[in-house]
Amino acid sequence: MESLVTGLTIFVLAVFVGFEIITKIPPNLHTPLMSGSNAISGITLVGALLAAGTGNWGWTPVLGMIAVIMASINVVGGFLVTNRMLEMFRRRD
Amino acid sequence: MNELLIHFAPLIAASGEADAAANASGQVFINLAYLVAAVLFILGLRGLTHPRTAVRGNLLGASGMLLAIVVTLRDQAILSYGLIATGLVIGGVIGAVLALRIQMTAMPQMVALLNGFGGGASFFVAGAELWRLLPEETLASEQQVTIAIVASGIIGAVTLTGSLVAFGKLQELISGNAISFSGQQIVNAVLALFAVGLGFWIVSDPTGAFGYWLLVLLAGGLGVLLVLPIGGADMPVVIALLNSYSGLAAASTGFVLNNNMLIIAGSLVGASGLILTRIMCVAMNRSLTNVLFGVLAPAEGSASADDVYAGKVKSVSPEEVAMIFETARRAVVVPGYGLAVSQGQHAVRDLGNLLEQRGCQVQYAIHPVAGRMPGHMNVLLAEANVDYDKMIEMDDINPQFEQVDVALVIGANDVVNPVARTDPGSPIAGMPILDVDKARTVVVVKRSLSPGFAGIPNPLFAADNTLMMFGDGQKAILELVGALEEA
Repeated sequence: MESLVTGLTIFVLAVFVGFEIITKIPPNLHTPLMSGSNAISGITLVGALLAAGTGNWGWTPVLGMIAVIMASINVVGGFLVTNRMLEMFRRRD
Repeated sequence: MNELLIHFAPLIAASGEADAAANASGQVFINLAYLVAAVLFILGLRGLTHPRTAVRGNLLGASGMLLAIVVTLRDQAILSYGLIATGLVIGGVIGAVLALRIQMTAMPQMVALLNGFGGGASFFVAGAELWRLLPEETLASEQQVTIAIVASGIIGAVTLTGSLVAFGKLQELISGNAISFSGQQIVNAVLALFAVGLGFWIVSDPTGAFGYWLLVLLAGGLGVLLVLPIGGADMPVVIALLNSYSGLAAASTGFVLNNNMLIIAGSLVGASGLILTRIMCVAMNRSLTNVLFGVLAPAEGSASADDVYAGKVKSVSPEEVAMIFETARRAVVVPGYGLAVSQGQHAVRDLGNLLEQRGCQVQYAIHPVAGRMPGHMNVLLAEANVDYDKMIEMDDINPQFEQVDVALVIGANDVVNPVARTDPGSPIAGMPILDVDKARTVVVVKRSLSPGFAGIPNPLFAADNTLMMFGDGQKAILELVGALEEA
């Protein structure tokens, strides 16, 4: 249970950090914030890679590969589309 | 340190103990890299606090992700790369094509879909982990892992199916209206209870994976039923909430894998989605429970459309509106979802440029729930090259409307309905609105007098200082631009 408590501690602290930063983001950028944070939540890809690379043939690598596909859509699509939008906001500078 | 150990590896490999030490230090290296990635995510989000630093912020986030992926690929637990490469290529190509081809008007659908994939990835990873651990029979002693697997399964599945339904509604594959049946709340409650009960059973007796898939199925059904009864106008709230869920799903996967970076990244996204959800709810003066489970009741005893509009609505031609704009010194454009539907953002930009050339100040007043997701209108205007300094938040522009010569409302309705201020019995009573009625002249571009999502007539359209220019948003604005150029 010890690592669970450590995890919870980190979770709660990170939520506070998130609140502090995200309340400062102007409404102009709320859509890119959603797509960009979405790309970050694609970090599940790390777990997907470990599962897909277990070596032995079985359910774990197959499920892992499905997860790799989904998470990499999330990561690649999310960061790219966010970049596309943010470039539009920058153009006039 | 790691490099050093690799260097000396041949020398010390003979001893198993040293091997274990190398493993452990490899893990330390990986965890430190994960820490750097987490910091990059935080710095990346901080970059989004200003449009000037935002592109760099997004790149920082992306480089954090790249670092995390590269480091993970070096993990000794990974023995084969075939499936990984296949998955990365398939997912990467789909993601890139989606991101580069999607229209800005369709951004809500895109984000809904991405939310869903995030949730899906979480429950698949949790399922894969369950399958890996089952034969080792460590689960009985490591209850926290099973708890996290169950949580990932439930949150991930709700996020996936809920997002797919939201996507279907936004893409108009299914009706955007609220779809509900009697007793839906009870069915939802029963499904949720079954899912949680099943979760407890899996935690107490993790001997088979069958229960997990049943759990995912139940939670998936719940996700569908939770989003189906939510109507079009409430979509900004739902997307923001699902955004939050996708973060929580990632965080719970972090608990499954005992990976702090996933927990940090997931909770940042969870917090972000929650804040946006709250902003949207405040902007509609409704509680989250009311948005999710409530129905907007038609107001009793409120005025009918005939009473409000009869004989008072003044319809004008683009030429007449052009004459009004000719003498205007300050104009404020209020874009609504109607503008997005008619793809009129470029026409609006042309109108703005024309007016500015004639010495008229032009600003854009944006209600938080205009469009189908938070900030949607801002992105559309930015796409049309409107300067972000000219997009003004509701609270900043409202005190200034009395000094505005012309307020041009395009395809917006409920968010400019003064009834929200005046009639406590109205379904939108207390909802913050843009006070366009205080401008000297209000020009409303709208197809007809049909009500908005709240289903009530809008006295603004019949006000003394309001002129109605009926027509499709883009077409009407183009006609107005034409009339102004001729004048």
